[in-house]
Amino acid sequence: MMLKKSLVLTAVACLGLPMVSMAEEPPIEAYKAWTATKDHTIWAPLGGLKGDPAKGRKLAIASAKGNCLACHELPIPEEGFHGEVGPNLSGLASRYTEGEIRMRIVDIQVLNPASLMPPMYKNPAELKNVAKKYVGRTILTAQEVEDVVAYLMTLK
Amino acid sequence: MMKLKTAMLMGAGLSVALSCTSAFSGEVFSGYTLLKQETREMQDDDFMNLGMEAVTKGAKLFSTKGKNEKSCATCHGEGGKKLDPKRIAQYPVLDAKTQRPITLQQRIINEWTEQLGNAPLKYESGDALALETFVRNLARGQVVNVQTDGAMAPFIEQGKKLFEARSGHLNMACNLCHDHHPGQKLRAQTLSQGQTNGFPTYRLANSKVIGTQTRINQCFKSVRAEKQPVGSEAFALLELYMNAHGNGLKIETPAVRF
Repeated sequence: MMLKKSLVLTAVACLGLPMVSMAEEPPIEAYKAWTATKDHTIWAPLGGLKGDPAKGRKLAIASAKGNCLACHELPIPEEGFHGEVGPNLSGLASRYTEGEIRMRIVDIQVLNPASLMPPMYKNPAELKNVAKKYVGRTILTAQEVEDVVAYLMTLK
Repeated sequence: MMKLKTAMLMGAGLSVALSCTSAFSGEVFSGYTLLKQETREMQDDDFMNLGMEAVTKGAKLFSTKGKNEKSCATCHGEGGKKLDPKRIAQYPVLDAKTQRPITLQQRIINEWTEQLGNAPLKYESGDALALETFVRNLARGQVVNVQTDGAMAPFIEQGKKLFEARSGHLNMACNLCHDHHPGQKLRAQTLSQGQTNGFPTYRLANSKVIGTQTRINQCFKSVRAEKQPVGSEAFALLELYMNAHGNGLKIETPAVRF
C-alpha cells in the first residue's frame, strides 16, 4: 500500500502548469509598440533588435519564459514531454516567413481571436486581472521575442 | 461497514454522459478517466483515499452541538441519514431568500451560524471544507443534476461568461483549455474538462483536500492572474456553471487528483 502511494507521489512531482516565476524580477522595460500588416505580418524586429538563435532555443524550453514546449513539439530531443495542444513547430521556417512568425509570437490572437496561445508581446495595458508581479510587463521582452524568432527561423 | 472496494466506486469515475442542456454540448467525462491506475486505486479504496480524512472530520463536526445545543444531526439525522443524496447532487441551487445560486458549502456555512449559533466559518477553511466533503460524500455515486433552466438559466449564462473570460498575464480563459483541448498534453500534464464531480477533492500536488474555488484560484495563478476571494458571488456563478457542465457524471467526492 505504501509503495503504491509513493509511486503515485513520484509521478505527481513533475506535474502542474510549469509557469514558475523567477525569484527576482528585472526592471520593467518600456513597451515598444509594433504594427501588423493587413495580412498579419510584423516585418520590423521589435525595437530594431537583433535576435540570437541559441538564446532563443533556451527561451523556448524555459518554463517561466517562452515555454513553447508546453504546447508544441519542437526538434529539441533532450527535453521530454513536448505538448500537443498546438501544432508541431518542426520545419516552421519552411512554411512561414519571418514576418508571419514574429506576428504569431507577439500576439497570435490578432489573427486568431480564439487562440489559447499567450500573447508574448501584447500591450500590457490591454491585459485584465494580471497578478501584481507581472503588471506592466510583457511575457517576453522585445529582445527575447527577437531571440525566439531567430531560433524559429533556423527550423527549416 | 466500509468495504475495501465497493463496486459503486469502481465505476464512479468511468461514467461518460451526454449533456443535454442548451448551454453545453458534447460528451462529458470525469477527470478520473485521465488518472493512472495507481491513483484510481487510491481513490477507489476508502482506506487509501487520503480525502477520507476530511469526511471523518466532517462527520464529527456534523454531530457536534453548537451554542444552541443543536448539531447538524439534530435536524438532518445521525450521519446525515435524513439528507436526500439527490438534493445534494443538485447543488448549487437557487436560494429561496436571495433568489441567487448558493453553493453547497455556502449553505452549510449559513446553517452553521443561523441554526447552530456558532461563530461563522471562513469559506474553504478546514472545517467548512470538511463539512462539505462529508455531505457531498453522502451523495457519492449520485448523478450530478444541476438545474439549468427556468430561474437558473440567466445565472448559468453568467457563469459561462466567466468561464470564457480571458484573464491574467497569459490572457487565457478556462474554456480555451478545458473545452477545446481536453485529453491533450500540456507538457506532461493531460488537460481535463475541468469537471467538479470529485470536489472537494484530495489534490496530491497540495497534499490536502481542496475546494472547487481554491482549485480555480490555482488555475488563475498558472495563467498569472490575481487570485479571487473564495465565497464570492462570481465564484458561486463559476461553480454553478462548472457543476452544471458535469450534469450526468457521478459524484466521486472525495476524488483523488493530481
